[in-house]
Amino acid sequence: MARFLAMGGYAIFVWPAYGISALGVLAAILLTLRAYARAKAGAKAIAVTSPS
Amino acid sequence: MFEFANPKRFMDLSGTVLPWLAAVTGILLAVGLYLSFAAPPDYQQGDTVRIMFVHVPAAWVAMMGYGFMALASAIGLVNRHPLAEVAAKQAAPLGAVFTFLALVTGSLWGRPMWGTYWVWDGRLTSFLLLLFLYLGYIALWNAIENEARAARVAAILALVGIVNLPIIEFSVDWWTTLHQGESIFRKGGPRIAAVFLWPLATMALGYTGLFFTLLIIRMRTEILERRIRAAAMYSGT
Repeated sequence: MARFLAMGGYAIFVWPAYGISALGVLAAILLTLRAYARAKAGAKAIAVTSPS
Repeated sequence: MFEFANPKRFMDLSGTVLPWLAAVTGILLAVGLYLSFAAPPDYQQGDTVRIMFVHVPAAWVAMMGYGFMALASAIGLVNRHPLAEVAAKQAAPLGAVFTFLALVTGSLWGRPMWGTYWVWDGRLTSFLLLLFLYLGYIALWNAIENEARAARVAAILALVGIVNLPIIEFSVDWWTTLHQGESIFRKGGPRIAAVFLWPLATMALGYTGLFFTLLIIRMRTEILERRIRAAAMYSGT
């Protein structure tokens, strides 16, 4: 396990590369889903007030 | 093609496709991540070779996303197609994220292998320009109040900026650079061992799937928002 984490001495480059990638991808997913949830709630609200 | 492209049809079709696309993307990313760490260290690059599995897919999707954005912009400009405008607009923030990730992971790879985080050569500079093109495109959308006008102006920037794509692609052949040349899509097949090609290909498909999954959700979001705005205008609130 310690050997795996050490990444052959390149841990300070390999793990930040994966960390920032995970962070970027997760942020994109969360922001996208949050806006989607908000829009769906808004669309539901107008469907209730103005049935067409 | 355009008969499938009206917003109503898009909402129906994308609603069906979305869960499947998201599931396949999740599996690809999970398997890709596993393969990335199951691969042996490279005999020259050691464990830094693993950075490739997050760097190269991000760079590919960043460029593919720009091509997609420019194509959608062209369709929006010529056909005045609202769905194409929405697609282009919503592709931009995603493309910017992948461009940023490609730049940062590349920098973290460059330091141990080249001895520097950054160099102003053709490949790195043109890729930084890609980030600025994405950011400029997003800024134009935000700066112009009138939606139709914003779509037109932003589309022109997207189309002008497409000249940067071949510059990125061929920069490693045209100018001296620290960046390695094309090793995957070349005549005579990939010049990379299968143990590295599999994780790379899986991650690349996963990243591509992620781009389109999020793009579809963002497009659906924008269509709903436009409906909400239209309803608010109609009811005078």
